[in-house]
Amino acid sequence: MRLIVHNMLSCNIRGVANKFPLRIEPKKIIVKEVDFNPDFLKHMIAKIDWKALVDGARSMGYTELPDHAPDTTTLESDESFLRKFHHSLLELHLEEGSLVCSETGRKFPVNKGIPNMLLHEDEV
Amino acid sequence: MKLKQLEGLLGDLEQFSNPKVELEQYPTGPHIASRMLFTAENSYGDITDKVVADFGCGCGTLSVAAALLDAASVIGFDIDPQSLETATLNAEELEVEIDFVQCDITKLELKGQIVDTVVMNPPFGTRKKGADMEFLSAAMKVASQAVYSLHKTSTREHIKRAALRDFNAKSAQVL
Repeated sequence: MRLIVHNMLSCNIRGVANKFPLRIEPKKIIVKEVDFNPDFLKHMIAKIDWKALVDGARSMGYTELPDHAPDTTTLESDESFLRKFHHSLLELHLEEGSLVCSETGRKFPVNKGIPNMLLHEDEV
Repeated sequence: MKLKQLEGLLGDLEQFSNPKVELEQYPTGPHIASRMLFTAENSYGDITDKVVADFGCGCGTLSVAAALLDAASVIGFDIDPQSLETATLNAEELEVEIDFVQCDITKLELKGQIVDTVVMNPPFGTRKKGADMEFLSAAMKVASQAVYSLHKTSTREHIKRAALRDFNAKSAQVL
């Protein structure tokens, strides 16, 4: 699971108010390089929940992201920032671990990179 | 990539070894999968450099097709762990990067506007009545730009009406 996916997953247990983001408890992380696509990244800045990304990256051991995304006017010339954004969004993989709901403490397991978001009968 | 090449690559994918009838599992054939995604990209620009979600991805045929057409990010969603294992193998075999999520699509809550396009070959509702509409409703909530979905010919008008009236579609077309 990469952080681009983590940025959209929320806790779907009935009645939970504080569903997003899920906290990451990693057991195994791998890094896989993918091609750098700056146009795509610039397009994504506005759509990503920045705090969830920064916190997610930190819990996976990557602390280079700034607390706030730079404003769009400076993005054109800020390749170093875009590289960090690229790395955290698309190159960090949670292979084994859990995604934890902040409100209920429920752990959604992640095995072989796949989060299991299936609910138990009493959670639906 | 040429259409024939895409079709050829999809034809080599592993499919369900023991399809589960109650989930309406059946492979999406390479002929239709390649044409569906090729049209989505060449006529509408909805795949390359986009975030694409595959709802009910099964063994990942549509996901792999989207990745081969250079989607920026592809995410496959399915309820069945065996299918997801096969889909993972298929992605590795074709050397494409696809994220997978195990879930019940009708209970999933996805936040934000990250997904541009949803592609899917959903259950038609022959086992669980209304499954096709549940998938369509879920897809329409998640996709910020477009949904490409395969349905029974007999349901064409019903689907178009539901999409426009109930699911907030700006337009609905049979391609």
